[in-house]
Amino acid sequence: MADIERRLQELAKSAIDSGTPIAIIAGGTKSFLGNRVAAEPLHVAGHSGIVDYDPRELVITARCGTKLEEIEQVLSASSQMLPFEPPRFGGAATLGGAVACGLSGPRRPYAGSVRDHVLGCRIINGRGEILNFGGKVMKNVAGFDVSRLMTGAFGTLGVLLEISLRVLPRPAASLTLVRECRDPVPYLCGLASKPIPVDAAAHVEGLCHIRLSGSVRAVSEARNQLGGDTLDGHEIFWEDLREQRLPFFGSDAPLWRIASGPSAPMPNLQGTWMIDWGGSQRWLKSMAGEGEVRQAAEAIGGHATLFRGEGNAFHPLKGALGVLHQRLKAAFDPKGIFNPGRLYPEF
Amino acid sequence: MQFGGSGRESLILALRAMLGEESVLTEKEELAPFECDGLSVYRKLPMAVLLPSTVEEVQGVLRLCSDHGVPVVARGAGTGLSGGALPLKDGVLMSLSRFDRIIDIDPVQRIATIQPGVRNLAISEAAAPHGLYYAPDPSSQIACTIGGNVAENSGGVHCLKYGLTVHNLLALKVVTMEGELVEIGSGAPDSQGYDLLALMTGSEGLLGVIVEVTVKLLARPERAQVLLAAFDDVRHAAEAVGAVISAGIIPAGLEMMDNLAIRAAEDFAHAGYPVGAEAILLCELDGTNAEVSEHVMKVREVMQHAGATEVRTARDEEERSMFWKGRKSAFPAVGRISPDYYCMDGTIPRRNLPEVLERIASLSRKYGLRVANVFHAGDGNLHPLILFDANGEGELERTEAFGREILSLCIEMGGTITGEHGVGVEKLDSMCLQFNPAELAQFHAIKSAFDQKGLLNPGKAVPTLHRCAEFGAMHVHEGNLPHAHLERF
Repeated sequence: MADIERRLQELAKSAIDSGTPIAIIAGGTKSFLGNRVAAEPLHVAGHSGIVDYDPRELVITARCGTKLEEIEQVLSASSQMLPFEPPRFGGAATLGGAVACGLSGPRRPYAGSVRDHVLGCRIINGRGEILNFGGKVMKNVAGFDVSRLMTGAFGTLGVLLEISLRVLPRPAASLTLVRECRDPVPYLCGLASKPIPVDAAAHVEGLCHIRLSGSVRAVSEARNQLGGDTLDGHEIFWEDLREQRLPFFGSDAPLWRIASGPSAPMPNLQGTWMIDWGGSQRWLKSMAGEGEVRQAAEAIGGHATLFRGEGNAFHPLKGALGVLHQRLKAAFDPKGIFNPGRLYPEF
Repeated sequence: MQFGGSGRESLILALRAMLGEESVLTEKEELAPFECDGLSVYRKLPMAVLLPSTVEEVQGVLRLCSDHGVPVVARGAGTGLSGGALPLKDGVLMSLSRFDRIIDIDPVQRIATIQPGVRNLAISEAAAPHGLYYAPDPSSQIACTIGGNVAENSGGVHCLKYGLTVHNLLALKVVTMEGELVEIGSGAPDSQGYDLLALMTGSEGLLGVIVEVTVKLLARPERAQVLLAAFDDVRHAAEAVGAVISAGIIPAGLEMMDNLAIRAAEDFAHAGYPVGAEAILLCELDGTNAEVSEHVMKVREVMQHAGATEVRTARDEEERSMFWKGRKSAFPAVGRISPDYYCMDGTIPRRNLPEVLERIASLSRKYGLRVANVFHAGDGNLHPLILFDANGEGELERTEAFGREILSLCIEMGGTITGEHGVGVEKLDSMCLQFNPAELAQFHAIKSAFDQKGLLNPGKAVPTLHRCAEFGAMHVHEGNLPHAHLERF
C-alpha cells in the first residue's frame, strides 16, 4: 500500500514533454485484450491501497493498483461485494485495470455494469494535470460524467489514479438451478420479465444455468417456481465462467464476444457458442473471418469484440462517431501519449 | 454575443422557409411562455422559438444556426429547476415538444424507444399492460419529458435501488451542433468505443440535441410496502438511515422529514403523520412477496433499535399512498407557512447526515432563519428549505449567505453542490468551489470536442474560468412555485 501519485505525475509529465507514448500497466492480466501498444511502459501497480471504505456508505475508494482480490476480501468481511463481478484473469488484477477495461461478470444484466457503479475518479490527463471528477455519493450531477467516460476507455484518455465505486450488500442466499434448454435465448431472456430474483443466467453446453439470489424465502420460493436441479458448488461454476476457465474456452480458435439485445437471434456463424448475461453476451469460438463476424453481429443489432486472437480487437466506429472519438481523445490527451492504438489504430 | 439587423432577418426567413411559418415564433406574446423554465427568477426572451417536427428539421436548424453563428437552446417541458433551458437573448430556443411519439414498446427485450418530447410517466403508462415500467421517477414526472431527463440525468425517489437516468438508458440519437446525426448505443448492453451514452447523460444540452431515446423497462415488483418510523431526535433518525443500509437492505426509497416539514405537510395533506415527532423516515421496500415480508420485519427491528418511538406499516395501498402524499406535498406545504423559501440540492455521504443536520440547525440559529428539512436520506441528497421573507430588511441577503454555507458544508463533507437539479445557470458560481480551473478547463475541452463553435446552450452548466463568485439557490417567492401543480420532492 503506497501513494506514488507524485512520481506517476512526474513520469507522465516527462513523457508528455518529450512526446514519448506510454503504455499504462497495472497487474498486466488483461494485456491480451485490445490492440498491441508499442510504447514505454508506465507501471502503476505500486499506487495501491484502499483510501476509504465505510460499509454504511456502500462506497469504496481505492487507488488504481489495489488488487481486486484485496478489495473483494475487505468488502466480504462486511457482507458486501462489487455487484458487477469483475473478471480478473489472474491474481494480479487491479481495480484500475478492471475499470479501464470496463469488464463485468455474470451479474451485469441484473445489477449493472462496472460503469454503472463508478461514482468518481482521480486521473492524470494528457497535460500532466491531476484532476478529480464525480465523487463518493450516488447522486451527483455537477459537471460532465468523466468518471464513466474513463470506464472502458482502456487508458486512452488518461491515467486512472483513484476510483470510487458503489458497492452492494451480499445476498443472504444464493443457489443455481440447471436444466436442459433446447431454445435457450427466449428462455433466458424471458426470466427477467418475471418478478423472480435471478442474478445470473447462462447457457453452457446444452444446459441453462440460472442463479437465484436474495432473501432466504425469496430464493426458496423462486426455486420451487422454476424447477430444475440445484447445482453443487455453484460459486465455482460462475467463477470459472467469469474467468474463462470452463472447457468451452479451452480451444485455440479465436474467441469473439458478441453483445446484442437479449432476445436477438443467434448470428449465422460457424463455431461453438456460449450464452451469458441472460442472452445479451454471447461468446463464440470460431475460425470465421473478422469481416464475417462483425457483419453478423451488426445484422442482429450488436457489435463484436475479438477478445482473444490476432486482428483488430474492437468493432469499427462509423462516420460521425469516429470523428467524435478522435476529438474527445484530443480533448484529454492532445499529444496522443496514453495507450495509443490500444482501442483503435487511429488514436 | 450580438446578432441583429439583417443577419437576424435572413436567418428568420431561412428558418421559416425550412420549418414553415407556424413553426417559427417571433412575436413577444408567442415567446413569453418560453421565457423561463422551472427556475423562474431567471427570465429572457429568445430571438425566436422553433418547433421542428422531424429529425431532418432539427439537423437543418442546427446547420443553419451553426453557419450563422447563432446559439441554440433545446427545451423539453421546461420543468427543470436550475435554468438549464433559459433562453439566450441573441439565440433561438428549440422546443422538442412535437417529438411526442412512443415509437415502440418491446416487451420481450423490455425496452421502449421514444421521442424526446414524451413525458416520463407516459412511458410507464404505455409499458404497464406488459407488467413493465420505467424506473426513474422525478417528482415532475407527469410533465417532464424523457429528453429533459436525459439532459439532466434526472433522479427521483427510487434512485437508491434503481439508479438515475444514466442507469436506465440503452441508446440515444443525437444531433450535433454541426447537424450530424449520431447514434449512440443500441439494444446491446454496451457499445464499442467510449461511453458516450454516459457522457451525454446529464450534459445539460451542451453536447448535442437528443432526438430519440431507448430506455430499459423493468418488471413491476410483485409487492411494495412502506414503513413510517418516528423519532424524538433528528440524530437518531439520521443514524437509522445508515443502520438500514448496514443491515443489508436496499430500500426502494428512504426519505426523511424533520419536525417543521412534518407539521407543514400534515396541515396540508392530512397524511396521518405524528406531528410531535422530531423526524420521520419513510422506507419503501419492494420485491417478491416473500422478500418484502422478510425485509419489513427486519427494517422494523432496525428502526426500533435505532430509537424509533413508533413504527407503522401501511395497512393497505390507500395508507401507503397517504404516507407518500405527505412527503410529496412537502414543498408546497412549506410554501404555505412562509412568504418565501430557498431550496438547496446538495448531496453528502450518508454517514455525515447527523453532523450536517446539526450544523444546519446551528446555522439556522446563527442567521435567525428557520429551515425545513425534507430529503432523499437514503442517498444523502439534501433539500434544506430556508424560510424567509424577501420583504424583510436584509433577509434575502442573509438567506443567500446561509445557502452558501450549506453548499460549502456539502463540499467540505465530500459531497456535491447538486444531486439532481443540475447546474444550469443557477449553480455556475458554486461549480467554481467544487472544481479547480484545470478540471473546468477539461470540461470546456469536452464541450469543444462536440461543439467547436460553442453554440449549443453556451454559458450553462460549466462556468468560465473568469467567473467565480457566489453560490446560487432556487428562490421561491410567496410560495409561488413555477409549475405549482407539480409535486416537488
